[in-house]
Amino acid sequence: MKGWRNIGLAAFLGIAIWQIIVWATGLPHFILPSPMRVATAMWKSRAIIAEHSLVTLSEVLIGIAIGAFLGMATAIQLAISPSARAVVRPILVFSQAVPVFALAPILTLWLGYGLWSKVAMAVLIIYFPVTSAFFDGLMRTPQGFLDQARIMGASSVSTMLRIRIPAALPSLGSGLRLAAVYAPIGAVIGEWVGASQGLGYLMLLANGRAKIDLMFAALIVLAIMAVILHTIVDRLASKMDQDA
Amino acid sequence: MTSAPGVTLSGKADIGARSLFSGLRLDVAPGDWTCLLGASGVGKSTVLRLIAGLETGAVFSGGIAASDGVAIENRIAYMAQSDLLFPWATALDNVTLGARLRGEKPDEDRAMALINRVGLSDHAQKKPSALSGGERQRIALARTLMEDRPLILLDEPFSALDARTRAEMQELAAELLAGRTVLLVTHDPAEAARMGHRIYVMTSAGLEEADTPPAPPIRDFDDPETLQAQGRLHRRLLGRA
Repeated sequence: MKGWRNIGLAAFLGIAIWQIIVWATGLPHFILPSPMRVATAMWKSRAIIAEHSLVTLSEVLIGIAIGAFLGMATAIQLAISPSARAVVRPILVFSQAVPVFALAPILTLWLGYGLWSKVAMAVLIIYFPVTSAFFDGLMRTPQGFLDQARIMGASSVSTMLRIRIPAALPSLGSGLRLAAVYAPIGAVIGEWVGASQGLGYLMLLANGRAKIDLMFAALIVLAIMAVILHTIVDRLASKMDQDA
Repeated sequence: MTSAPGVTLSGKADIGARSLFSGLRLDVAPGDWTCLLGASGVGKSTVLRLIAGLETGAVFSGGIAASDGVAIENRIAYMAQSDLLFPWATALDNVTLGARLRGEKPDEDRAMALINRVGLSDHAQKKPSALSGGERQRIALARTLMEDRPLILLDEPFSALDARTRAEMQELAAELLAGRTVLLVTHDPAEAARMGHRIYVMTSAGLEEADTPPAPPIRDFDDPETLQAQGRLHRRLLGRA
């Protein structure tokens, strides 16, 4: 309960500072709209905002699901096979040198203006942090656990399933926390580059029509969505920390 | 459990260009407690890990064999200084770990009976983080017993415990592991004097067998002859024998 009161206080403080800046600078409403204007725009356009939010949310959730799955599968594969490590790791590191944002136009070209080019952006952006964090965890299993497993006659498959993966869950949790923050960024950049739906698209549209209050409203909804997503993933990851 | 065999290790081990030990011969007598006493870094854990078939970082040349001629592998249970309990599993699940790792169906009734014998039946469903250091080591002992192996390798399992818990664990282990072949690696002369049917002292000069007190183990910690033996072992460790 106390947590909610603090969130309420923080929101109130943020809005107050915003209003003070509006008063103090005297900026026109098409540069910096007041909180009241943005709230009005948010209420008036609630249907359209909800529609576009749903699109962005699906992109982000599908992106996290696919990216996390691919990242986990890659990490396990790398942990099992030294030859895969030798071949794949340099590729992974090199792929990180390519700015993912620069790939957005190419992905749009290949996958079109719809959902999948944004999902692909989100997947690409979270794949490396998830892979890297989980892989590090899998390679840092305490030696004593592995000794015990060996003496008990465990196969390498059961050592992986029953020891190495559970012991690496806190590391996977850190990777997923990053993924929850990065995935919305990927989706929105995808929408900026080319889309007909989504909050990123709505922001560009509102900007083009000088509806800055709507643009701010979309931005705030996006931020709230990202915070909620991060909170949920953080809770899940903390649960994994406790269990390991 | 078939009758417990003895184990003999003989040979030399090198780490890089440095010789860890050479010309070493250790006889672990069948069905008895053999204590391997030595200071840190002298290679006693390496001896134990070689018998266990674990990575040591040393290059060993020589022989390790059981007295009955059967392979040692799969006849060993192991306890280390750290309890090595999985933090994500309950005490009960930790005790049945071996069976689950081998893909067998764990015998939970037997596991509960063993947890009961180490005096922790009320704690079976707790995670290790909810147990004290001594309780965790008791669960580790129950896990070792659950494996029901004739050869038991103990790598300083009691050294991180406080004096009272250590004495209790020594008594419990002596009782519950009776009849098995036990190799106890320790740096504590008192523990060796108390627990060993045979006591070897390992120094950088090599391995020597020490006299054991006349009383059978487990000996009282205030038995005068045990205390004298403890003193002699201390002198040997210090090279003042």
